[in-house]
Amino acid sequence: MGNKNKTAMPKKKISATGFLLIITIALFVVMYAAGMVVFSDKGFAKPQMFFNLFVSNAGLLVIALGQTIVMITGGIDISVGSVTALVCMVSAFEMENMGMSAYVAVASALAIGLAYGVIQGFLVSYLEIQPFIVTLAGMFFGRGMTAVISTEMISIKNELFLAWANFKINLPIGSYSKRGKFIPAYIYPTVVIAILILIIIILVMKYSKFGRSVYAIGGNSQSALMMGLNVKKTKFKAYILDGFLAGLGGFLFCLNSCAGFVEQAKGLEMDAISSAVIGGTLLSGGVGVPFGTLFGVLIKGTIQSLITTQGTLSSWWVRIVLSALLCFFIILQAILGNIKKKK
Amino acid sequence: MSNQKSGLKKITSMRLFMPIVCLLVIIIVATITIPGFLTISFQNGVPYGYPVDVINRASELVILAVGMTLVTAASGGQDISVGAVMAVAAAVCCQILSGGEVSVNSLAAPIILAFLAALAASALCGAFNGFLVAKLNIQPMVATLILYTAGRGIAQLITNGQITYIRVDSYQIFGSYIGKFPIPTPVIIAVVVVIITYLILKKTALGLYIESVGINGTASRLVGLNSTMIKFLTYVICGILAGIAGFVASSRIYSADANNIGLNLEMDAILAVALGGNVLGGGKFSLMGSVIGAYTIQALTTVLYGMNVSSDQLPVYKAIVVVIIVVLQSPVFQKALASRKAKSQAAKPAAEGGN
Amino acid sequence: MEENVVLSMKDISKTFPGVKALQHVDFTLRKGEIHALMGENGAGKSTLIKVLTGVHEFQTGEITMDGQKIVNKSPQEAQKNGISTVYQEVNLCPNLTVAENLFIGREPRKAGFIDWKTMNKKSTELLQDLKIDANATDKLEDVSLARQQMIAIARAVDMQCKVLILDEPTSSLDDDEVAKLFTLMNRLKEQGVGIIFVTHFLEQVYEVCDRITVLRNGELVGEYKVKELPRVQLVAKMMGKDFDDLADIKSAHEGLKEFIPVVEAEGLGHQGTIKPFDFTVHKGEVVGLSGLLGSGRSELVRAIYGADKADSGTLKVNGKEVKIKAPIDAMKLGMAYLPEDRKKDGIIADLSVRENIIIALQAKRGMFRPMSRKEMEEAADKYIDMLQIKTASRETPIKSLSGGNQQKVIIGRWLLTNPDYLILDEPTRGIDIGTKTEIQKLVLDLADKGMAVTFISSEVEEMLRTCSRMAILRDGKKVGELSGDELSQEGIMKAIAGGVEDE
Repeated sequence: MGNKNKTAMPKKKISATGFLLIITIALFVVMYAAGMVVFSDKGFAKPQMFFNLFVSNAGLLVIALGQTIVMITGGIDISVGSVTALVCMVSAFEMENMGMSAYVAVASALAIGLAYGVIQGFLVSYLEIQPFIVTLAGMFFGRGMTAVISTEMISIKNELFLAWANFKINLPIGSYSKRGKFIPAYIYPTVVIAILILIIIILVMKYSKFGRSVYAIGGNSQSALMMGLNVKKTKFKAYILDGFLAGLGGFLFCLNSCAGFVEQAKGLEMDAISSAVIGGTLLSGGVGVPFGTLFGVLIKGTIQSLITTQGTLSSWWVRIVLSALLCFFIILQAILGNIKKKK
Repeated sequence: MSNQKSGLKKITSMRLFMPIVCLLVIIIVATITIPGFLTISFQNGVPYGYPVDVINRASELVILAVGMTLVTAASGGQDISVGAVMAVAAAVCCQILSGGEVSVNSLAAPIILAFLAALAASALCGAFNGFLVAKLNIQPMVATLILYTAGRGIAQLITNGQITYIRVDSYQIFGSYIGKFPIPTPVIIAVVVVIITYLILKKTALGLYIESVGINGTASRLVGLNSTMIKFLTYVICGILAGIAGFVASSRIYSADANNIGLNLEMDAILAVALGGNVLGGGKFSLMGSVIGAYTIQALTTVLYGMNVSSDQLPVYKAIVVVIIVVLQSPVFQKALASRKAKSQAAKPAAEGGN
Repeated sequence: MEENVVLSMKDISKTFPGVKALQHVDFTLRKGEIHALMGENGAGKSTLIKVLTGVHEFQTGEITMDGQKIVNKSPQEAQKNGISTVYQEVNLCPNLTVAENLFIGREPRKAGFIDWKTMNKKSTELLQDLKIDANATDKLEDVSLARQQMIAIARAVDMQCKVLILDEPTSSLDDDEVAKLFTLMNRLKEQGVGIIFVTHFLEQVYEVCDRITVLRNGELVGEYKVKELPRVQLVAKMMGKDFDDLADIKSAHEGLKEFIPVVEAEGLGHQGTIKPFDFTVHKGEVVGLSGLLGSGRSELVRAIYGADKADSGTLKVNGKEVKIKAPIDAMKLGMAYLPEDRKKDGIIADLSVRENIIIALQAKRGMFRPMSRKEMEEAADKYIDMLQIKTASRETPIKSLSGGNQQKVIIGRWLLTNPDYLILDEPTRGIDIGTKTEIQKLVLDLADKGMAVTFISSEVEEMLRTCSRMAILRDGKKVGELSGDELSQEGIMKAIAGGVEDE
């Protein structure tokens, strides 16, 4: 207690945040490199494999970015998985059962996300209810609503939608087939959108008043209030943004899966939270890097492709490994936090 | 007049008042919407009917709610892994009983052994959660999120991804009836669990310790309580209770279905605690409130089923109930309400005079 | 109308349910003055500040600034009107940089984006201007508490505040830092800022303030020029009567006849908080620990009590060597510890007075030997009666009691465990003078009955009244002991400042 009053330590050393981020990036590189060596015969070393990480996780990236923002405020959102399921189901239902256009589906996906953000944000920020409880309710509500719409799986066959989903964007890099023919690596528009969102979020968090306010209220909301920031409004906005991103991410997810069903995206909230945490976001709030979240997502994607490529392990392992990794990072954070407190 | 008023106030301010009112409301709604809701018929001396069904089906929930209450009180957070822990316990239990087979007609090991192994597994899960929460000070719901997600995967691994069936009568009695005894076994187990927990809290100082730690951990440590240990203990207890619930649930369906045992029950358990008038932020608690809450939730579930709501859709309604409860419990809301009340009272001429 | 008035509050009244917190209070602040707001606990100081800064609404009266009537609905609005507050607990964000903390909410921008370069540059200028030794790009949590406080003031100053409220800013600063703060305050005063200074430290008031406004029981006692109000009178005005009780209470108590050690520490220490020390307390003796805040006085007793487990040295209790791993071990050896921070470490807010009293004894007895309801009630009633705790009933939650009564409950809690050795860390902080004296008397009575007591207080006077021996601490180290004739205000000050030879 007493030694807080001592003079500030002049030595510049790497912060706990930076340390965590470096571990994360190193972990990704090591895992991916290991995959390239071990599974080189299964094509793991091909550039396309790398881009597939983005292709299959574009939606997750967008959702995890929303999660990151909410977690920086000191909150959490575990409804994102069922929001995704709901968005997919509503989109599928509108296009297939109601014959609506894909544009309507996009609009309703974003609307669902926004509605979630507004309601959950209101309950958390203005009624000061624990974010976990609020979003737990949101999670069950979303999953239940998905079942209310349809308990059957709906595959999407809407032409415009499929055109979006299958629009390949070829990249100048790629691999060569056995006959020496150049096969360009490709991505889908979802990846472009996700990367765009990533850049926007990085800029917003670093250079906008809202972004800095989010950090401030996560650091010490009482202080933020005293410094004249509108804590409730900032939190509210953070949840709205998070909801919006969940809606958008859900739609990107849908473009990848082209179907809607009740069990869809189950546990996605866990993926999003792990990605944020692994990427250096502190559970206690105030600290988080959108750029780190990208690596969190890539690590999750790598684990997934390693296990799929391996072939014999059950898909449950993805979740178990990811949980273990999350556990590891949570403990690491706790230890770093304790060291800091003792200092 | 004033006497009556204060008497009424006394009743309404009782801790169990709101939980009982909630239960009554559900029962009234049920009686109106479902014909013959309250009738109990006897077949072979065994009672049947909605009330029996509610009480029977609520057993696992009651057991979970007891654990959840303690965890909530001591750590100010909830254990959302209880459903998954149930699945783990059920998987361990059935795997031992079946000796690794997918479906068996005779037991490969004594039930008591399987039961104890299941409890050990669930206690381990509880200890893991407790370690993260009590020792590393991680938010309870984040800490338990790990097992919430990984738990069912682990259960799958234990059963090799299959549903293990134990088609043996002596195992099924824990989920149905013991011989001709008219009370369903799960009900007996739930009642025993509640009574034992109640006695432990009453006959030792654990209840006071839990409240004290939940309200102020540092101060509790300085008066000689081992805050870490007490928090840890509540998680272990919660884990064990989830294990018992998992055992009952698996006996009911004489199988271990890792995907479905205890599914969404964590939500119900949290709901039961909240409905029981317990503050989800920890501190003082009422075990009986949670038990009443659990029966209320089960009644609600039964009513919804009676109204042809499918099990997939149930969460929608429960989520709405949760939100209503937490909004009503929220200090901000209560304050707003109080200030409105004060205003409307101030508007009236102050005829009653001051105190 | 007086010249130079920047802020005036007239006829302010505020009631909470059942309590008249402020009644017709006037307060006037002039440009370029440092104005102390004084009063005992419950006098209405903080309510007045909260009314001024828009935290509370008020029923009657009006606030004018520069002749214009203003109504503040929130601290933010108050800030817009030129009223800034710096609290004891620094209200800044630890995870942001110093520059951000200075500029958050009003960051310089370029094309809509925050202009970090300009922000850092401006911050550096501001810090240099106010001679605050900190880097704009440092994270706030890496800066010392005193500097954080100055940064908070710098922020307020840069926001063109006309009225600066300093709410007990010096409570957690050492003398050196206080001096720096006063320099800063004087500089602001020259710039024409009106400063409201809320503090408990009389010396500080006489050092920097120009005027004093005294409140008592929610009413205005008066406004005085510092030069014209001697200390004794100030104290009298704050308490509303001449307190004879304040006179020597110690003379009635005799010195020790025999020295039986109760607690003997040898080379006891805890890495990072307190260097190894030797310390002995005898039966029936009140030993004081004196030193500046952060000197290690709390840490010393915490190491003995096992609140921070000692990592070196040996400890003997009643002559036997013991190992204390956690507070419970110490309690079982007959120790009791009243912690410094009542709210954080002392009370268990939602539990009743009864439960708060019995909790320590119950913990000592162990989980499997619960006290019966009757035992608890008797114990509670006994101490409510003995310590004259003002509470509606023994089942009232402790949080609804006043600070002084809460403290008495905590004292009762420890007396119930019947300790041989009682550690009191700032037992009288934030408590009205009447209760203070009661507690001091109680301590001496307990010692007469043979209890060993260690008493920690920031107020030297109080220590002199109660202690027969005093250990001096400095920078996390015990540097000496004083007894007999050495025990005087001057002697202690000198020892704390480094006047005595190190042992």
